[in-house]
Order: sequence, then C-alpha cells, then structure tokens
Amino acid sequence: MPKIKYIEHSGKEHVIDVPNGWSVMEGAVKNLIPGIDADCGGACACATCHVYVDPQWIGKLAPKEDMEQTMLDFANGVEANSRLSCQIKVTDELEGMVIRMPESQH
Amino acid sequence: MAGSETSGAAVIIGAGQAGAQAAQSLRTEGFKGPIVMIGDEAYPPYQRPPLSKKFLAGELEEERLFLRPQAFYDEAKITLRLNTRATAIDREAHTVSLEGGEKLTYAKLLIATGTRVRRLTCPGSHLKGICDLRNIDDVRRIQPEFTPGKRMVIVGGGYIGLEVAAVAVKRGLKVTVLEMADRVMARAVSETLSRYYEDFHRKAGVDLRLGEPVAAVEGDDHVRAVATASGPIPADLVLVGIGVIPNVELAAEAGLACDNGILVDEHARTADPDVFAAGDCTNHPCAIAGRRLRLESVQNAIEQAKAAAAGMAGKPRVYAEVPWFWSDQYELKMQIAGLAEPGDTQILRGDPASGKFAVFYLRGGVVAAVESVNAAPEFMMGRQMIAKHLAVAPDRLADVNIPMKQLIS
Ligand SMILES: Cc1cc2nc3c(=O)[nH]c(=O)nc-3n(C[C@H](O)[C@H](O)[C@H](O)COP(=O)(O)OP(=O)(O)OC[C@H]3O[C@@H](n4cnc5c(N)ncnc54)[C@H](O)[C@@H]3O)c2cc1C
Ligand code: FES
Repeated sequence: MPKIKYIEHSGKEHVIDVPNGWSVMEGAVKNLIPGIDADCGGACACATCHVYVDPQWIGKLAPKEDMEQTMLDFANGVEANSRLSCQIKVTDELEGMVIRMPESQH
Repeated sequence: MAGSETSGAAVIIGAGQAGAQAAQSLRTEGFKGPIVMIGDEAYPPYQRPPLSKKFLAGELEEERLFLRPQAFYDEAKITLRLNTRATAIDREAHTVSLEGGEKLTYAKLLIATGTRVRRLTCPGSHLKGICDLRNIDDVRRIQPEFTPGKRMVIVGGGYIGLEVAAVAVKRGLKVTVLEMADRVMARAVSETLSRYYEDFHRKAGVDLRLGEPVAAVEGDDHVRAVATASGPIPADLVLVGIGVIPNVELAAEAGLACDNGILVDEHARTADPDVFAAGDCTNHPCAIAGRRLRLESVQNAIEQAKAAAAGMAGKPRVYAEVPWFWSDQYELKMQIAGLAEPGDTQILRGDPASGKFAVFYLRGGVVAAVESVNAAPEFMMGRQMIAKHLAVAPDRLADVNIPMKQLIS
C-alpha cells in the first residue's frame, strides 16, 4: 500500500496509505481530506476531483485518456500538472507521490 | 408524546445519496444539533451508479461504493440508524416513528426516501430468477447467475437495462433486450442517440428487440423463458428495468402534497416549514425547465440536498442548477445537461460515425439541453450555455471546426 501525501490548499499535509487499485480521489475522500468533491464518484463525468500532481511524479502516471483530458480542460485553474484524481490509479510505483488540492472545484 | 431524542435534532429519513449529502452539508452550514439518519438498508450511504456498471462487472469492491467512511459520520456526530425503517411522521408532534415503535423527535426533518423499482405484472412475474437493480443486495442476487453462457433477458431498454446489457454481453452472457417502445431510452434522449446506441448494442452481440413487450414469464418455480408476441425466448435470468416509483407514502400519509413525487419549493421545502425533501422522491419547480418535474440523478440528489440542508440550518438557498446526468455503456460516455422538450430544434454537432458527437436542443434560439457521446467539451460548455441562456447560431453550433470555447465567448 503506497503512501500518498495530500496537501490541502491551506498547506495542511496528510500522508495516507492508499490501497493499490484505488484512485487518488478515493484515497482522499475515504480519508476525509477536504478539497475534492468528486460528485460523480469517479466516473470522469463531473471534473470536481481536480488536483495538481507534483511535477516529479507526473511522468510516472499513465497518460491521460481522451475523456480525462477534455473534461479537465473545463476545470478551474488548470496547470500543466493538473489531473482528475479519479482517473489516477494507485500502484506501488507511486509510493511517496505528492498531490496538491486546488483552491476550489467550481 | 415525548420523543426519545433531544429536541433541536435534524432527522433524515433515507440513507442514500441525498441523505448523506444533506447530513454532511448540515454540518458545513453550521448546524449544531444532533443529526440522525435512518436507513432501511444494511449499508451506510453508497453510490448507486456503479451497481449497473463497474460493481456488476466485478471491477469494484463493495467497500468502494460507500460515499463516506464510518469515521466521517463519527467525527461529524451523525448517527446512522441502519436496518431501520421509518413508518410514520407526526408533523404536529414533530416525531418520526420507527419500526418497533421507537419515536424520534425532530426540529427539522428531511425526507430523502428515493424510489423503488416498478415490477412486472404479467403472468409469471413471481417466478424465481426475475431480478431488479436498485441496491447492493439486488446485485448480490444477480451475481451467481451472471456467468458466461447464461441467457439473460432484460425487460426495458432504458439506461439501467442497457448498462446491464453492455456489462453482460462483455461478460459472455447471451443477452436479449425487450423494449416496448420503438426506440431505446425513448423518454430520455433524442432519436439520434437512440439509434446510435441500438446499433452499438447490436454490433456488440445484444439481441435488441424494439416494439416487443413481454406477454408472460414462463417456468414452474424458476424462470425458463420470456414470452412475447413472436414466441418464447429461453432465459436463465430476467432483469426488469422498467422504471421506478417515488417513495412518497410517508409524506402523503403525513398530509404533505404529492404528485409524482413529494411537492417541494425551490428551497427543497414542503408546505411544512420544518419538513424538507430531496432527491429522487421529490417534485420541484425547476427554473431551467420552467415547470415542475421529478429528476432521478446523482446531481439532483446532491444539489437539492445541499439546498435542503441550508434551509434546515436556517439559511434558505435556492436550488436552480442545470440538471445533468451520465450513463456509461461499453466505451461510450453519455453526458446530458438541461432538459429537452418536444418542439425544440435539434442540432447535430459531429458525425456519429466518428464515435464522438452531440445533439443540442435550441428553444427560441437559446440552448436548452445537450446530449453528448464521448464529447466532454460539448457537455461542459453546453452546461454553461444552458445556465447562461445563451443564444447561438445553429450553423455555428453544428460546425465542429469552431471550438466550443469560441462559441461561448
Ligand atoms: C443501477 C442504477 C444506476 C444509476 N446510474 C446513474 C448514473 O449513471 N448517473 C446518475 O446521475 N444517476 C444514476 N442513478 C440514479 C441515482 O443513483 C439516484 O438518482 C440517486 O441515488 C438518488 O438519491 P436519493 O438519495 O434520492 O435516493 P436513494 O439513493 O435511492 O436513497 C434513498 C434511501 O432511502 C431508503 N428508504 C426509503 N424509504 C425509507 C424508510 N421509510 N425508512 C428508511 N429508509 C428508507 C432507501 O432504501 C434508500 O436506501 C442510478 C441509479 C441506479 C439504481
Ligand atoms: S470524480 Fe467526477 S470526474 Fe473525477
């Protein structure tokens, strides 16, 4: 179970063990880390699970699928390291990954 | 009659998508009193959409369905009374009766009882092997029979029937879908989408029959076949997806007005200022549609519950978000925003043959609704256009060479 570091917009840090196969979004929601709404529950249909992935890790992630890319386009404050956290599957390779929350999902 | 709980409590009947959202939002809105959520299922609030998608496919464990972990309810001091049915509301005494006779006193009450499935009424509709799909236990009942080679007949070509068909055919079942109307999802989407999905299902191997209602289910104890006008279709398993009925009885028996749902105002409040309702069980005045309607979607449950919670916490807020919905079948993501009406002008954007397209609905030149297939920009921008009552030239909307973002600027 890799450890993922979630950093709230306020700067508050949480280090969480997230089971392999879960999404980065689930790791946050199931551990009460604020900053993600995830209205659609991970269906890549709502774009309310936007996060920033530490640039060091972005290359280790599976590339975005078309749907994620196009949905992400419409989130607020999108940067080069933006991702929809429900589309990032947790694997051992992601041990130590750092995720930052945006200011708002709307 | 004195209740067994302290006064000043918020009681929520129904531990589903809307109930869970309301409980959470009550706390973020600053509600300080006790919150008690009553649910007649054995599970804490969970998401239903995966039930006909990844959960049925076995790609998601049960634990991952739950909307919040138990720690959330503990920390927020939300008492979950699971396996517990509310049996009556006494508005005068401000109490909710539970099965077994206990009474809870409320200061504010939320009714979020959702819907129940409509059942077959034809001969044989009592046979074993006939299933519905509304909750986790329903999936548990389907799963043992949900194996390669089994013959499954799905009654109803709506979202749920078609989502199940997609999962089943991929799993290697022999799937027949019976739809009474002359096209699938007829109440919900344009003919363009219906035809596209029909084609897709047939190419995937589904025996899709339109205009073919069920006459009877045959079998001795367990279902053996489903009979239609064109003869019997052998079946090991029958899934019924012919719509739902809102759970309004508690409200109606308490004297609250109901008409295809519990009638609420734009603040998710009933005629009783201490009683709110949210989610699938309500009928609300929709600002976007300009009329009353009942929606069945996650978005409606979430947003209406937020408005209800705000009102219960003494900060009434209007619920007027653009309705939206999604459905996953095969690799097709359908996303719908707004509400189409007969008489709207339909504009096709993109070529269905390309696997990505959208149908826009214009009313008086203004975007009223959009249905997209694997076309997120059309859906996301469409939602904004609907919210802003944006007028757009049909020829520009139909031109895929003009990016959606340009159309809105
Ligand atoms: C298989 C399936 C797939 C779906 N897919 C999608 C989708 O892709 N996208 C989408 O937007 N929506 C989808 N939906 C719809 C969505 O799940 C519902 O709109 C949403 O769950 C409504 O939330 P709710 O809280 O109003 O009702 P529910 O989630 O149904 O919760 C109501 C709860 O109240 C309980 N209850 C009822 N009466 C009582 C009582 N007297 N005492 C105690 N408890 C009671 C019920 O048992 C239930 O647990 C799907 C639904 C199903 C069934
Ligand atoms: S949770 Fe909805 S897009 Fe990620």
